[in-house]
Amino acid sequence: MGINHLEDVLLYLDQSISHALPVLVAFLREETEKAGFQDVVFGLSGGIDSAVVAYLAVEAFGKDRVHPLIMPYKTSSPASLEDAQKVVSALGLEAKVVDITPQIDAYFANQEEASPLRRGNKMARERMTIIYDHSVIYRALPLGTSNKTELLLGYGTQHGDLASAINPIGDLYKTQIRKVASQLGVPQSILTKPPSADLWESQTDEGELGFTYDEADVILHLLVDDRFSPEEVVQAGFREDLVRTIAKRMMQNQYKRRLPLIAKVSSRTIGIDFRYPRDWGM
Amino acid sequence: MKELRIGLGQVRPALGDVSRNLDLHLETVNEAEKQGIQLLVFPELGLTGYNLKDLTLEVARPLDHPDILKMVGASRKVDVVFSFIEESPDHRFYVAAVYASKGQVVHVHRKLYLPTYGMFEENRHFARGKALNSFASGLGAQMGMAICEDAWHPSVPYLLSIAGVDVVIIPAAGPGRALSGDPNTGSQHFWHRLIRTYAQLFTSYFVFVNRVGFEDGVFFFGHSAVAGPDGELVASTDSMDAQLLAVDIDLDLLRKERYRSPFLRDEDPHLTLRELERILGR
Repeated sequence: MGINHLEDVLLYLDQSISHALPVLVAFLREETEKAGFQDVVFGLSGGIDSAVVAYLAVEAFGKDRVHPLIMPYKTSSPASLEDAQKVVSALGLEAKVVDITPQIDAYFANQEEASPLRRGNKMARERMTIIYDHSVIYRALPLGTSNKTELLLGYGTQHGDLASAINPIGDLYKTQIRKVASQLGVPQSILTKPPSADLWESQTDEGELGFTYDEADVILHLLVDDRFSPEEVVQAGFREDLVRTIAKRMMQNQYKRRLPLIAKVSSRTIGIDFRYPRDWGM
Repeated sequence: MKELRIGLGQVRPALGDVSRNLDLHLETVNEAEKQGIQLLVFPELGLTGYNLKDLTLEVARPLDHPDILKMVGASRKVDVVFSFIEESPDHRFYVAAVYASKGQVVHVHRKLYLPTYGMFEENRHFARGKALNSFASGLGAQMGMAICEDAWHPSVPYLLSIAGVDVVIIPAAGPGRALSGDPNTGSQHFWHRLIRTYAQLFTSYFVFVNRVGFEDGVFFFGHSAVAGPDGELVASTDSMDAQLLAVDIDLDLLRKERYRSPFLRDEDPHLTLRELERILGR
């Protein structure tokens, strides 16, 4: 079964998403305008996820209401910057470039020992504070650019890249993002390069995670959408250590997908029995 | 040919905003009058929005509330089916649909089956209806109503059929989910399949009116449709956008189909009753 099963599931994931574009575009338009905003703002990294969000946003709002921010650090790959610029010029957008090097270096000035993880998290959070600051400048709603794979694996920085007001791609696995990207006409160099958080030189997601997105997506799909037990996924032909790793990551990172816990003392506690839709009053 | 013009009021309600939705309903009634529509059907919870949670307490209305009386009053020229949270005198909250004609309430249906699984939590907030009946209209057709999930229990159309029904009206708030490779969503596909099958088995018209718009990121897929007693689709809005679609149905077709496929004549409800009692161990 193994490898055939993987290809079958990947094919299914591709097909299932082939007509999702109108829903994603309508989602952006309706949820943004309902919240009283006409414009949107987000970080454009040069990667495929934020490129897809840029294309969807232009479909939804037209180019004048879409405000991408390019926020490189001195070690960011020049290719990322080029790819971000390709998206900007292909869509006719005006992007603001904010170099985050001074503020990051100031913070770590006397902390040479700071780990790449700390530095990466700090950069992700700095970028998000810049996005939220620009949401005031542009009167624009901050869009999320995290996909379902990252959200399930917890592969993102809490209050950093995981933050947003609304997220059009959070129910799409990474492999489905590729499909949607090719439908939208995202530049080829972005489609084919290895995904990377670009938080330190030569970082790649798959290198850091220790497995490929194809593997992760298929295993996650079986666990999450098809409600397979980890044992059943192994029986379907996947490596046991890999299945265990992915199932554990998903469980351990549940906290990143929820609001903070609140100690309950009253009869109506936020998040427990004070239950209103997010769209309350919109 | 004995024709009946039905209006599919595929509207986009605002969550929790009864006065705005009331205006939207009244405008649509006006438009329906201009189009010579005889029966206008609105979706489930069109007056309140769907994902109410704790807003239930604020939007609930007794049948004699001025807002509800306005809707009933709007039925002077065109019969109207509308839906809201009905609060009973003993303060139970029902998902209700009202059939109003000539400024009077003709029939109230309280939703029988409240989905409480996956994304649904209706049993948490609402009381279950306990009765089902068809009723005469002044339009030359016997009517019956089933609200959304009611239609997924075949006993509901079966009982309406035994009670005598020509047109089954299904106001719905069906969310789009489980997208498939089909240009239409999975949900749209299985709803159309369902009403066509019922229409053929019960040799009746089935009128499915689904809302559109987003609530908390969830989209309602529209695609309101009418299926005839031959099991064919008479019309569909084929759209997830708001619209009013006028559909002419031929009531003479009931006569021809019930002669050609006399399932109704041959159905033995006494057999059903005897066997139900035996199976239930009475």
